[in-house]
Amino acid sequence: MSAAEVLAVANQPRARVSTRFLRSELKIIFGRRRNIAGLGVLAAVPVILAISVRVSSGSQGAGPDFIIGITGNGLFVAFAALALELPLFLPLAVSAISGDAVAGEANLGTLRYLLAIPAGRTRLLVIKYAAIVIFALVATLLVALVGSIMGLALFGAGDMTLLSGTQTSLADGVWRLVLSSLYLAAGFAALGAIGLFVSTLTEQPIGATIAIVLVNVMMFILDSISQLDWLHPWLLTHWWTAFGDLLRDPIATESIQRGLITALVYAGVFWLAACARLSTKDISS
Amino acid sequence: MEGPAFHPYLSGRANLARLDAADRYSDPRTSRVRIDAALDRVGLLAVAEKRYRAYSLGMRQRLAIANSLLMPRDLLVLDEPTNGLDPQGTREVRHLISELASDGATVLVSSHLLAEVDQICSHVGVMYEGRLVAQGPLNELRASTTQTVRVDTDRTEDAARVLTELGLSEIASSSGYVTGTLGDVAIEKIVPNLVNACVPVLGFAVLRPSLEDVFVSLTGEGFDVSG
Repeated sequence: MSAAEVLAVANQPRARVSTRFLRSELKIIFGRRRNIAGLGVLAAVPVILAISVRVSSGSQGAGPDFIIGITGNGLFVAFAALALELPLFLPLAVSAISGDAVAGEANLGTLRYLLAIPAGRTRLLVIKYAAIVIFALVATLLVALVGSIMGLALFGAGDMTLLSGTQTSLADGVWRLVLSSLYLAAGFAALGAIGLFVSTLTEQPIGATIAIVLVNVMMFILDSISQLDWLHPWLLTHWWTAFGDLLRDPIATESIQRGLITALVYAGVFWLAACARLSTKDISS
Repeated sequence: MEGPAFHPYLSGRANLARLDAADRYSDPRTSRVRIDAALDRVGLLAVAEKRYRAYSLGMRQRLAIANSLLMPRDLLVLDEPTNGLDPQGTREVRHLISELASDGATVLVSSHLLAEVDQICSHVGVMYEGRLVAQGPLNELRASTTQTVRVDTDRTEDAARVLTELGLSEIASSSGYVTGTLGDVAIEKIVPNLVNACVPVLGFAVLRPSLEDVFVSLTGEGFDVSG
């Protein structure tokens, strides 16, 4: 190594550990009008639900079991909204974000700029996935929050009757709602890992998003075919509805645990798959 | 994908901030100053807050160059940097590249605009079918191809004779001038010899081969241009 090279190495500034890249990523996700509109749609469901139940108060009947409880305590609006958005709306939102993660940058041509900096391929996927997880969390908590506000405003904040019939305080209800949101967000984040992987396969973000939604719906379909019951525990979506277990007294943890482990494994496997794919991909656009 | 690429719904400044944030080695405290300096250097400071979507191709191209100026670099690789620029823009980019080079950076320009290359570059490399067929300082590369001299005179026959005696080849006479291929003959000998032989020299020129000639001589004609 010559003197000049030693000098060059000495002058190389040290890499900084900072949240700047992640903050920039979040700014792009939450700054896009499209995504804000999407979050608006997610938030509209508990609003519509609460108002329509309130207006037709007294004529209880159809709808998920959750809705029946709404008039008793406002927090049930949040739980019911989560249950209603769980099969399609929330996964769709996560699909749109995760499908766009790499494919969107590739489609615009900005991916090669990021890699030329160099942002680092693994680091890019870490940041992209962290942003997806945060989005899943924000989207789920948003539905829960709007549902709580609407519910408490329209139906009051009395004691809450749990699914197992026991009464509990409002504070405990809120706590269970937070736990439910976190549990569901973990599931959606795992779907986001599938999305991140699919996103590395294509340069068309819409195509990636559609593929992820298809995977999600396919898992629900497989889960509904009773002849395939041996497969059900392996499906990511199979465990999502288990968030209702958090409304029992005491909380039934078995399914919740299985659900979290399944989500973790899905997230790990597909994040690594995305890594394997992107690290060998020739980025020409 | 051709040309520069940025997020269309972000402003020029926001796009640069985004790329700067992705750089592990950039200092966040100086980010704003560096971004503005880079935008200023390419003349985009006035439109920094405009969305990239609204930029013309030339502005986009310049934003891409600004991106490469965010951090001090030892080596810059510019792919067709003047693509889509108007004459003023082309001039500015040329000026910018010279400035960067004189600041000590090595600038590698990939281009098929040979007139541009001729004006900007000190060294060239010629690629043909994926192979580097020639490289070196521009002048050397030029010198490696044949040089032609042209003598303007009203006595073309005498001039042609003198040139032949000197050892030039491919002598061609036209009305008013004679051309010949220089070969190994020293240029400075030609005019004194012509004058000694009483040939009136009305004009003398060494026709340097254009970069295009050099390029074609290295890579072949491609299509049959003679028809």
